[in-house]
Amino acid sequence: MSRRLFAALLVGAAALTFGPSPAGAQAPIRIGAVLSVTGPASFLGDPEARTLRLYIDRINQAGGVLGRRLELVLYDDGGDANRARTFATRLVEDDRVVAMVGGTTTGTTMAMIPVFEEARIPFISLAGGIEIIEPVKPFTFKTPHTDKMACEKIFEDLRKRGLTRVGLISGTGGFGASMRTQCLRVAPAFGITIVADERYGPGDTDMTPQLTRIRNAPGGVQAVVNADFGQGPAIVTRNFAQLGLGVPLYQSHGVASRSFIELAGPAAEGVRLPAAALLVAEQLPDSDPQKRVVMEYKQLYESTQNQPVSTFGGHAYDGLMILIEAIRRAGSTDGVRIRDAVRQTRGFIGTGGVVNMSETDHMGLDLSAFRMIEIRNGTWRLLD
Amino acid sequence: MAPAWLTPRRATVAGLALLLAALWLVFPSGFYFRIATLVWISALAAVGLNLLMGLAGQVSLGHAGFVGIGAYAVALGPRHLGLDLLPSLGLGLVLAGLLALLVGRPILRLRGHYLAVATLGLGILVWLVLNSEVAITGGPDGIQVQRLVLVGWRVAGAETWYWITGLALVLGVLVALNLEESPTGRALRALHDSEVAAAVAGIDVARAKLAVFVIAAVYAALAGGLLALFNRFVTPQAADFLHSIELVTMVVIGGMGSSLGAVVGAAVLTILPQALTVFHDYEHAVLGLTIILFMIFLRQGIVPSLAALLARRAP
Repeated sequence: MSRRLFAALLVGAAALTFGPSPAGAQAPIRIGAVLSVTGPASFLGDPEARTLRLYIDRINQAGGVLGRRLELVLYDDGGDANRARTFATRLVEDDRVVAMVGGTTTGTTMAMIPVFEEARIPFISLAGGIEIIEPVKPFTFKTPHTDKMACEKIFEDLRKRGLTRVGLISGTGGFGASMRTQCLRVAPAFGITIVADERYGPGDTDMTPQLTRIRNAPGGVQAVVNADFGQGPAIVTRNFAQLGLGVPLYQSHGVASRSFIELAGPAAEGVRLPAAALLVAEQLPDSDPQKRVVMEYKQLYESTQNQPVSTFGGHAYDGLMILIEAIRRAGSTDGVRIRDAVRQTRGFIGTGGVVNMSETDHMGLDLSAFRMIEIRNGTWRLLD
Repeated sequence: MAPAWLTPRRATVAGLALLLAALWLVFPSGFYFRIATLVWISALAAVGLNLLMGLAGQVSLGHAGFVGIGAYAVALGPRHLGLDLLPSLGLGLVLAGLLALLVGRPILRLRGHYLAVATLGLGILVWLVLNSEVAITGGPDGIQVQRLVLVGWRVAGAETWYWITGLALVLGVLVALNLEESPTGRALRALHDSEVAAAVAGIDVARAKLAVFVIAAVYAALAGGLLALFNRFVTPQAADFLHSIELVTMVVIGGMGSSLGAVVGAAVLTILPQALTVFHDYEHAVLGLTIILFMIFLRQGIVPSLAALLARRAP
């Protein structure tokens, strides 16, 4: 009998004697993450990193996964795609992670996909762009809603209100540019005519000229849609109120944070946007399947991190939990078997919605995952 | 005493080639080859910029713009013009050179640091175009690049790219060193000491500076093209202003006027962020501190300072 086998038997016997083996008796399961914790996308990456650290600790306290501890290997790419690619290589070749959660922006995610596809390691991205999962790549998944869904949700609401002539105003940053493309693409399917297509740069401080052109669009405009996140939408909202366009204004899920309401002030009243259920956790009816999950996440995050919860951290929660459940179901840390298990995710209730993955759908969300929200009295109101 | 045939120029090139072979033997995984490849690529851009800074005494604050032009040439050439990758790369180099010529020609007639201001604007313009022309460039989310196929051989893997970029760097350094010894190089060194004296000696100051600026731009574009082919993906960050600053920092830290210094500077700035990940949240603070310490204690740059130190020690 080799010495190693003997030692293993001894450990096994000890485990039997002293009950369930403590987590950490075996080598930990390594999970990789490359997030934009600093840099221009840090408002996304920071809550994602906090969420991953928080939940990996909790899972370890509860005994880990498959009787093994989890170990998070987290790198900060600063929003730079080239650096993200380098860290992805490091995770695969040096740290030998079994799976990856992260990739904060579409740019960093797209740069990292070939690394994980080549290594056959499951990669759950936290970025919005639809090109991440279309066409489907064997090992790449994502949890956040796509900007295409945001356009569809807005257009669906417009159709309900009988409004068809829309003015589009978008930022030239990654988010705005991508959402603009998607909105232009899906508009005809909802019978929507884009009568004006205006854009503004990331540093612009006054969007009155663009909004004036939208107001003067030939044939008139019935609603305005703004695709962007950060400062831009707040300025658009203020200019929109100053000009008194008198039509509904729609923002995207990119403004779903407290700071938007604070920046836009009273002008934000009546603005509508599609967003995840997390934003209106308390207002969900008790019958809502997501109620329990989003309330638990919100309470734990806010009590430990001393900052308001954001939907972006929620995407990281969803990604990590989908992965952990898949590893449990697969009963293995083999990349292909985890991937197969992730793909079989059905009825997973996350902060972003109910996830049903399949061979052809590596995101698993439908339009019901988005809630239409209106800003009333300086706070979010759930509409449907 | 070194033999007579081993001139400093030959020693530098031979040393680099030896380093290339030695590292290949000791590297344990593809990750190391990737890091080294990134060092060679950055070094190529830095060697070019060093010619401009060290020889002509001019600064380019928009050098990443040329990197971006090279990178997007290989991404967009096959997509929009139906060109193969290598002709696209060639087109990128020509384009970068022409742009440098266009900008440099009027400006380098003036004395002083007007080139820094002009290139600053140029770099930001390139970045803006890459960002906002979504239909052509793919916008801020970047764009995929085809895989390079050389006479039926699919170029893949960090190890292969390690050799390709490494050899490109050795060639680049060789050309740079030869340039320093050429009439243009000597003319530039003369005007570095005194522009008036150089002009009196019959040197066309503006022309010599312009030549070196164009060459530096082509180096940067080549680095950008190689980066895009290696990553098979580019984002406008390649042309970012901070990337320009990073290139200037590489040259200054390594030692202005020394091609080897540019390589060392590129290595330091590429490897440090990887080594410092152990500091987690303090990573950036430690990175800044390290660079400050380099600037305080090795004021001439790493390579010239250490060379001076060695020369003093030697009997």
